[in-house]
Amino acid sequence: MENNNKKTLEKVNIICSKGTLEDVYAALVMANGAVMEGIEANLFFTFFGLEGIHKKHMNNLHTSTAGNPALRMPGGGRMPTLLGGLPGVEGTVSAMMRKQMEALDIPPVDEFLEMITAGGGRVFACKLAMDMFKLKKEDLWEGVEDILTIGQFYELCDGDSTQIIFI
Amino acid sequence: MPVKTIAGKEINVTEEGYLEDMNQWNEDVAKAIASELNIDLTDKHFEVLNFLREKAKNGETLTIRQVGKSGIVDIKEFYKLFPKGPMKFASKIAGLPKPTSCV
Repeated sequence: MENNNKKTLEKVNIICSKGTLEDVYAALVMANGAVMEGIEANLFFTFFGLEGIHKKHMNNLHTSTAGNPALRMPGGGRMPTLLGGLPGVEGTVSAMMRKQMEALDIPPVDEFLEMITAGGGRVFACKLAMDMFKLKKEDLWEGVEDILTIGQFYELCDGDSTQIIFI
Repeated sequence: MPVKTIAGKEINVTEEGYLEDMNQWNEDVAKAIASELNIDLTDKHFEVLNFLREKAKNGETLTIRQVGKSGIVDIKEFYKLFPKGPMKFASKIAGLPKPTSCV
């Protein structure tokens, strides 16, 4: 039966718990896409996801070349885990990926976050993970609005057309 | 393909109201589409619209980042000009297709 009472999405709350290039970018693309559609967006970085808002690391994220069965070499063959584990390989592959993304006009992490906050998106860090990794607010990108407990995060997720997305 | 009368002109549009042919566009058409979206066009708006049209003519994929680097507006100002859908609304008002880029 057709549902005539469909509600449009009004708010997304995106949790980024991983610190690889592809995971952080997935969170950023989704958040940016939301604000560009007029959907409210809250980004919450936790555990290794904190790399995405760590001032010194955020623009140099890596993709894993060891134990990543989806990673293909130029030419289409799989990247052998042993090769991926050699020193320098992960850095080189990650730099190539960033270059590819730049060619598609996908900005570096700090600029991407600025675009999201310029559109009204909000960026938060997880208190428990900050304590675990012994990080302070000064270690984080300036646009991080606050460090929240999970309870405070849930308070942001109010509204009946709201989704929580976990990456 | 639907035909819609916009600013006294018969114009081919998509189901969502984007112009099929950017050459059927003029400033009055822009104003009419903008008013449907509750946007009052200023000179600044037109600068952005003309920038997007120029890029589209060259066959470039339009992104919000290019607008931010255009020197006309920064991204915050772009959102102020076209609230709740900067690329979508600006493209529609500029007589361009719905944006195809995810960024």
